[in-house]
Order: sequence, then structure tokens, then C-alpha cells
Amino acid sequence: MDIHEYQAKELLARHGVHVPRGGLAYSPEQATYRAREIGGSKWVLKAQVHSGARGKAGGIKLCANDEEISNAAEAMLGRKLVTQQTGPRGKLISRLYLEEAVDIAQELYVGFVLDRKEERVMIVASAAGGMEIEDIVEKEPNSILRTSVDPGVGMQRFQAREIAFGLGLDHNLIGKATETIFSCYQVFRDYDASMLEINPLVVTRDGNLIALDAKMSFDENALFRRPEISELRDKSQEDPRETFASDRGLSYVGLDGNIGCIINGAGLAMATMDMIKIAGGEPANFLDIGGGASPERVAKSFRAVLGDKNVETILVNIFAGINRCDWVAEGVIKAIREVGVNVPLVVRLSGTKAEEGRRILADSGEAVIVADTLAEAAEKAVAAWRAAAKKKKAA
Amino acid sequence: MAILLNRSTRVIVQGFTGKIGSFHAEDMKRYGAKLVGGVTPGKGGQKHLGLPVFNTVKGAVRETRAEASIVFVPPPFAADSIMEAADAGIKLCVCITDGIPSQDMMQVKRYMLRYRYEDRMRLIGPNCAGVITPGQALMGIMPGSIYLPGRVGIVGRSGTLGYEAASQMKALGIGVSTSVGIGGDPINGSSFKDMLKLFEQDDETDAVVMIGEIGGPQEAEAAIWARDNMRKPLIAYIAGLSAPKGRRMGHAGAIISAFGESAQEKVEILKEAGVVIVPTPSSFGEVVADTLARMKKAA
Repeated sequence: MDIHEYQAKELLARHGVHVPRGGLAYSPEQATYRAREIGGSKWVLKAQVHSGARGKAGGIKLCANDEEISNAAEAMLGRKLVTQQTGPRGKLISRLYLEEAVDIAQELYVGFVLDRKEERVMIVASAAGGMEIEDIVEKEPNSILRTSVDPGVGMQRFQAREIAFGLGLDHNLIGKATETIFSCYQVFRDYDASMLEINPLVVTRDGNLIALDAKMSFDENALFRRPEISELRDKSQEDPRETFASDRGLSYVGLDGNIGCIINGAGLAMATMDMIKIAGGEPANFLDIGGGASPERVAKSFRAVLGDKNVETILVNIFAGINRCDWVAEGVIKAIREVGVNVPLVVRLSGTKAEEGRRILADSGEAVIVADTLAEAAEKAVAAWRAAAKKKKAA
Repeated sequence: MAILLNRSTRVIVQGFTGKIGSFHAEDMKRYGAKLVGGVTPGKGGQKHLGLPVFNTVKGAVRETRAEASIVFVPPPFAADSIMEAADAGIKLCVCITDGIPSQDMMQVKRYMLRYRYEDRMRLIGPNCAGVITPGQALMGIMPGSIYLPGRVGIVGRSGTLGYEAASQMKALGIGVSTSVGIGGDPINGSSFKDMLKLFEQDDETDAVVMIGEIGGPQEAEAAIWARDNMRKPLIAYIAGLSAPKGRRMGHAGAIISAFGESAQEKVEILKEAGVVIVPTPSSFGEVVADTLARMKKAA
């Protein structure tokens, strides 16, 4: 789960990391009021969206007076910001963050991430901050420092100090840098983060060390013990199709194709999507209904998939282990009768109670296209979609 | 014996008296696992499904000489249960639980290092389908009927995609020595490489099917190990060729995942290492059959 920059900064500031003075604004008036509160003569207005690369997309503006703040705020609010990371749909700007402008002497990069290979938290730092980490890796590979934390004892101060010295900082900044890096680690650990990136961490002209930007993501499996993080969720930053599904306990990722997918198991879901592509179609979504799916849950899945107006065919592929195909079949019939399925529907059932499931579909008298194998299911779905698209064009 | 599990492996269930634990315990018993009891703290001394219930894993091991444990404990408490099993001298632990926090798993892996390698428990999962040695024993949640006993090993992250492979093989009369689900979580107990090592040494396995997916370094690592150390054919499929690049907020992960984590990149790495590629998820059966036929011809 991602959070906003201002939320990450609040969290970090509470644990001793220095951040610029700033305030949240939902309107141009609030933004100018914040400028007075903060004081100073130059401010930076930043669109709060769950994405990096905001500057290039027009989501960050340097302002010198009320008029500039007000104009910039008006231009940003209510708009969708499209960055390299958001995809073409962009993300809605409904919150702004106004900060005092900082006099920068040097920009650094510090990131914390779960390293799947080492199975530890890894810290990555570079003296070449300000640019994207991929570019640093490419252009300044020797500037990159890495160290990983032993989960048995946690990060040690010497590790933070080594990074501080490794970044080539002035001697009077070593203490501050060590504390900053150490505090970031504590926040990462104490709130079950999965990613924390400070880019840039800046040295100011007056000799301070400040987190000028902050990005954080959290381990969704750990949210049960982090209610204070769950509260920070901002649904306006999510794909509404995904919000609908996740509120109903379904794992869903929206895509741009026309064949809606309802599948059990992430691996089988990905494989089925691959198969649709091989057969010449495009999947509209990834959806894993999980284990032990009741008829109600199957019907909910149909609602989630049909919420996407681009869906022109639905493919249900279930290989039941803990699931039961008879329940899935009942769910399919329930969905047809209660939700209303006005697109072609292809169903493949295998595994536990597959025979019973197929019988329920056949006895229902509903128009369900049944397939026996994965290949057949994908081919029938693509054929049905093509036929439906043709009919639609003719009409 | 195939690998990990056979009909004489003495198994206990952690989270025994819960709904999910009970359901699968019965299923495992029916298939042929040698279930000797279970653990539910606070219910020690009772009987459940005709078997003794213990308060602690140590108690269960003492009374039943259990060697293996399957964990159905809910995510907030699962890591603790795994460590309890490791400390009680369990040799094989299969954790089915889905949704364990990453930091808990980091701690589990670190905790297990306190035991000498020879004494260290082998952990399979979490978030996995478990282990089945067809015709002998089941320690997991897979439908037993889709596996034919035989001589091809299967190791995969995804449960249901593993079922798909096994049933395609069964349709062509090809059986399985052991099938292992290593689970879909970023941090798991055993890697693809760990399982390939066991299959390579197993007299009852002739070839191995590896079912991977996008993300993480384990498939590539396994392929490179296989290139240098494995004499048996390795056949692999990578799911997620059509998956879009992950939408992420920052880039801190990119620097350590530079090693090719997309499906296309993984397939390339596997091909270069001499792994037989299953091109589509509907051709597991054919590709395995072809590979076995070629082996026969060569022999």
C-alpha cells in the first residue's frame, strides 16, 4: 500500500528525520494561508499523488508570492497528473502540499527495500541524488553504496555511519546523517514498510540535512497490526475497479483488454492471461478468487469484472483444490440471474467436483460455453469475443 | 522414496482443531499420510479426528515421534508456529498459511540459522499448496486424484498451475514422483534450487518440471545451478508473459532486481542455461512427453 509524500514526511519527522516546514491544502486559499503560516519568501507547491516523476509532469511548482501559489494551486487541483509511472489514465490531484523552499548545496539518494535474494532489508545510498535510481545505476554505478541488515539484531549505528562517510559528507554532517539513516530504518521496521525512498536527501547551504522528498510503501500482509498506516490509505489514488474488488477481498489488477478473467490462483491466472494473448486476445484484468470460494464470492467477482465497461467476454477458469467446482458453478448461475451477464461467457472447471459443476451448468439452461482444457478455454473465449465484436460493429 | 515425504513419514498438524486444519487433516489421512496428532495451544489432552491434541510441538514430538509438521495457523501467529516447530526438532515443516508479513518471514529464516545445518528443519512455503508423493502421502491441500504415481518431479510457486501441469501429464499417462509447491511469497523457506538438489539425488526421479513466474531471482538462480550440476533434464515454464510492468511508486527495488525479473528475461536466462522451455501453459504434457521420449532414445 502506497501513501502520500506528506504522510511519509509526517511519519519520518515524528521519528527525528528533518523535513522542510510545510502544510496540506485542499484549495488555493488554503495554500496561500499555509504560505503565511510557514513564513519565508519562496515556497514549493507539490501535487500529492501516488507517483514519482511529478516534477517533469508539472506537479511541482516553485512560487514566490500569493498570486503564483494561488494560480499554481488552481491549475493543479482537480486535474489528473500523468507521469511516467501513472500510466495514461493519470492520478487525480485532490491534495496539495506547500513547503518552504530550501537552499540546496548537495543532493543525495537513500533507499530502503526488501531484498528478495538476501532475504533482508537492504539500504542503498548514492551521492548522486536527485535523479532516478535507474539513471544513477547506469551513469554513476560506482557511487552506489549498499548494506543489508541482519534481521536478528537490526541495523547497527556503524552501518549508518559507514554510509555517511561513504557518501563523502563533511565531518560536521556525519552525526546528523547517521541519525537520519538510522531513524529511517527504524520507521521502515516499526511500521512494516516494504519500500522507503528519500530522493533527494539534501545538504542545505546552512549545513542541515533534510529529506526533500519521501516515498513509502507498506507490506499489505502486515496492515492487521498497523492500523495507523491503514488509515492513510487514499482510495482516490487507486484504480476504482481495483478498489471495488479489494473492498470485497478479491485480488484484482485492471488491464486494457476486453476479455474479463475469473480464475483461482495467481499462477494459473497469469498463465490463463498468457494463453488468451497467445490465442489472439487481450485480457481485461487479473482476478484471483482465492481458495474456498462460495457462490456469493463468485458472483461478486462477476460484479468486479463487469464493472469494467471494456469487457466484451468473460472467461472463468477454475482448477479446484480447496475450491469446489459445484459451488463455482452455482456462483456462475447466480451471477447470470442476479448480476446479469450480457456478454459471452466461457467456463472451464477442473479438479474437485468438476463433474457436478459441469452438470449444474448444463442443467441450468443458461447460455454458457463450456471448455475442457486451458487451451480450449482461451480459444473459445477469443472466438466468442471476436464474434461479439463483429456483431457489435454490424449493429 | 521420492523426495521429502513418503507413506511412513510421521506428520502432525499445527492449527489442528481449526476449521481449515481439520478439513485438510481428514483429507490427508484419507490420501494416506501417516498423521499421528496435532497441536492447538490450550486444547492439549483432547482427542480430535481420533488423534491426540497437544499444547506444544515439543510435547507432540515427545509423545508421537513426529518428524514433519503442516501449519494451518492464521497469519498473525504463523511465524511463531514455524519457529516452534524448528525448535522442537521437526525435520520438515510445510506452511500453507497465506498472508504472513515479510518481516516475520525474515525473522523465521534468521532464527533457523541457529541450528546446525544437519539439524536444521526444512521449511516449505509459506503460501503454498504443500507436498505430495503420489500413491503414498499428501502433506498439503492439492486434490490427490489429479496425480499419477511416476518418475517426474514437479516444483512450482503456484498451486493451481501445478495442478494444471500434473493433470496434463496424467492425461498422457505420465506420473509424478513428488510435487512440491514452494509458495508465492517474496521470502520462502525453500527455493527452486533447494528442490532441484533433492530431485537430482533422488533415484526415483528421472526429470523435473519447474513452474516459475515473474518477480524474484529464484528461477534464474536455479537454472544456473542446474546448468552446472544437474544431469537430469529440467523442463520449465514461466507465467506472466502478458503481465504489465508492475506499477510502483518508487524505484528502490529496481537496483537489486536488475538481474532480469520479467517473464521474457527469465525465459532467456533459462534457455541459455540449457533448460527445456514449455512455451505455453497448455503444453506441459507434450513437452514432458517429448523430453522423456528423447531420454529413452538416448539411453
